[in-house]
Amino acid sequence: MRRLLWPVVVLVLLLVLNVFFTPSFFSIEVKDGHLYGSLIDILRFGAPLILVSLGMTLVIATGGIDLSVGSVVAIAGALACLQISQDASVFTAVVLALGLSVVLGAWNGFLVAAVGIQPIIATLILMVAGRGLAQLITDGQIITINSPEYKLIGGGYWLTLPFSVILVIIVLGITAFLTRRLALGMLIESVGGNAEASRLAGIRSRGIIIMVYAFAALCAGVAGLMISSNVSSADGNNAGLWIELDAILAVVIGGTSLSGGRFSLSGTVLGALIIQTLTTTIYSIGVPPETTLLFKALVVTAVCLIQSPSFRAKVFRRRGRTAPPSPAAEEKVRVTA
Amino acid sequence: MAVPAPVLTMSGIGKQFPGVKALDGVDLRLLPGEVHALMGENGAGKSTLIKVLTGVYPADAGTIELGGATVAFGSPLEAQQAGISTVYQEVNLCTNLSVAENIFIGREPRRFGRIDWKRMRARANELLSRLELSLDVSAPLSTYSLAIQQMVAIARAIDVDARVLILDEPTSSLDADEVEQLFRVMRRLKEEGIAILFVSHFLDQIYEISDRMTILRNGRLVGEYLTKELPQVELVAKMIGQELAALERLHGEAKVFARPLIEARELGRAGAIEPFSLTIHEGEVVGLAGLLGSGRTEIARLLFGADHAGTGEIAVSGSQTSLRTPRAAMTHKIAFCSENRKADGLVPDLTVRENIILALQATRGWTRPVPREQQDELVGKYIKALRISPPNPEHLVRNLSGGNQQKVLLARWLILEPRLLILDEPTRGIDVGAKTEIQRLVAELSDGGMAVLFISAELEEVLRLSHKVEVLRDRRLVAELPNDDSLTTDVLMETIASGGRTS
Repeated sequence: MRRLLWPVVVLVLLLVLNVFFTPSFFSIEVKDGHLYGSLIDILRFGAPLILVSLGMTLVIATGGIDLSVGSVVAIAGALACLQISQDASVFTAVVLALGLSVVLGAWNGFLVAAVGIQPIIATLILMVAGRGLAQLITDGQIITINSPEYKLIGGGYWLTLPFSVILVIIVLGITAFLTRRLALGMLIESVGGNAEASRLAGIRSRGIIIMVYAFAALCAGVAGLMISSNVSSADGNNAGLWIELDAILAVVIGGTSLSGGRFSLSGTVLGALIIQTLTTTIYSIGVPPETTLLFKALVVTAVCLIQSPSFRAKVFRRRGRTAPPSPAAEEKVRVTA
Repeated sequence: MAVPAPVLTMSGIGKQFPGVKALDGVDLRLLPGEVHALMGENGAGKSTLIKVLTGVYPADAGTIELGGATVAFGSPLEAQQAGISTVYQEVNLCTNLSVAENIFIGREPRRFGRIDWKRMRARANELLSRLELSLDVSAPLSTYSLAIQQMVAIARAIDVDARVLILDEPTSSLDADEVEQLFRVMRRLKEEGIAILFVSHFLDQIYEISDRMTILRNGRLVGEYLTKELPQVELVAKMIGQELAALERLHGEAKVFARPLIEARELGRAGAIEPFSLTIHEGEVVGLAGLLGSGRTEIARLLFGADHAGTGEIAVSGSQTSLRTPRAAMTHKIAFCSENRKADGLVPDLTVRENIILALQATRGWTRPVPREQQDELVGKYIKALRISPPNPEHLVRNLSGGNQQKVLLARWLILEPRLLILDEPTRGIDVGAKTEIQRLVAELSDGGMAVLFISAELEEVLRLSHKVEVLRDRRLVAELPNDDSLTTDVLMETIASGGRTS
């Protein structure tokens, strides 16, 4: 658990920072039987990112990467809204949207595991083409719907909690069960850690890889439903735009190596929460809009540097020798940002 | 004979790791112009001593003197600049770069800030000719054999005016000719007055090349000896701290094997191995002898389904089958300990426990995890039986020494209780103690009815264990020799050399 220390420290720092600007930041109140408050908002708005990041964690653990999740978000939302606008039941819409997501994910997995295309290329295809597919579904329009049942998924409450948060907890629970109680996690880590050795140990890595990509797309599909449900509309162009990059970042902040192998689900959840808290913070402390992206970049760079053991060793050693206050460190931040 | 002043003296070196005393009061001195062997079992502290010397670890106690002055290196780079160069077991070069680039990487000769390619190539040629090598220095390193790559690593090491050259198991992946070539280079460097510290598990090589040796056991100094004054038997006894039991005959009477387990007929794969026929009986140990690259590993891979056979057929227990994947072979209870444990054996990021149960878990699929109690029991049993050290199942495999990694790999397959166990070089790069343990284990397993296909570069070992020996040459199975009293290593070598035409 020591490797989760730094993400936790960063998250706490970010939260505390908010209190200085918004003293009521930590207060949670019950209105109409629903929980309200800034913390709840972070969870609620962060739910899609957490979901996408969970799927991404497993893909990255196999040594791959999935760039297409943003497009799948858009496709799932578009298909669900189209169905509902054509008077299909919410249930049918959801099942169709998630079904299509799984098929798309399995396609990614097929390209990677069976055809042998490098993951970044294989998923780049769907990343680019998927946006087109989403627009095809919505006919280039933004589909607006009015369905209270569908609204529940992303914007509703259940048992005083936002429904999207409950969904995240369920998916997280299922993922943790599959990977840590059953043997899926170990086999994924084995395939990501040494693919050839895994093959010679008799692991059917092809099936595992296809399954993992399908799972990542399923998570993205659920996130797509949440996003479109929250705004009661489907926007093939902008829904889930760049979410794949935030998800990759969340996974990395959570301590999973991009080269595959060991992964940490709780680390990923922390990483996604850090990113979402950062976004909230930027609004609440009033960073000028034109500098928000730069601000985000600086914070994320700092987070990554703090997490790097070799970087910490360097900084501490410098201090130990009481040399001039680490100019190299500051320079590095600026360069990488 | 007057002893010249040592170029390097380490005295009273101590090094503590959490929970282990890796080195305790170790002395080492290197004389100019000698080859000094550093001997000891796995975990005796050889690697730690070298790492302390080259500045990878700081020493907790003791002093290092180089040319009379006390030194303490903060990094391998500092050590190298002071004239102590190291060539590691695994060649640390970039095979996609040219020979010259590899020699000068990081310190390319420059002119006006740009790389002076002409001078670089010229100096590379000069350096290599010092090692009696003539290579195309602008060709990528990957076009040359492992042995040549090793020499290039040495050329790189001695370029920086080395006074001390450390060779950490440089011969473990070389064949006999290549070793000879390396020794020529070592003798030449010796004449130039360089002190060479040599680590190898091959006793014959130690006796051929070294002048003096220092023996370590459990992190302590056993002593320093002149090689010619210490017989091999005594050396082994000093290394393991006890008399080595005679291992001449591991099998008793010649057995009759009636029940064939694997029958391969005209099995072959283009470019890898010519079609061969081979029958392995239950309880039989079949040895594969041949030079490196003669097709030993290729046969093993075909029998395990790691590669597809292009021709021929195979029967397991009399019924025709095809071994198209490792998975298929595993359902027939065939297991394969591969030669290259790093690349296609272990998953370095997983723990000892996970690596051991990996194959068992694979046969069960991901939906049926091996219960944790059963895992702990199995893993505990094999850690004890094979004496895996450290005996902690939650240790990452990457942190284990080579011999212990080999045992982990062996344990992975033994828990499957295979009917045929294929061992490809199971004793390479591991110490004498572990080697005899593994040999004894093979003998026990075959007595219990398990068939073993045993591949080793050491003919004595093949001869000692096998019931029959298959001889390979140039990717062809040339002879099958029953292992009776008339079969000796000389006969085997002759068969390899003649391609089986005369015998």
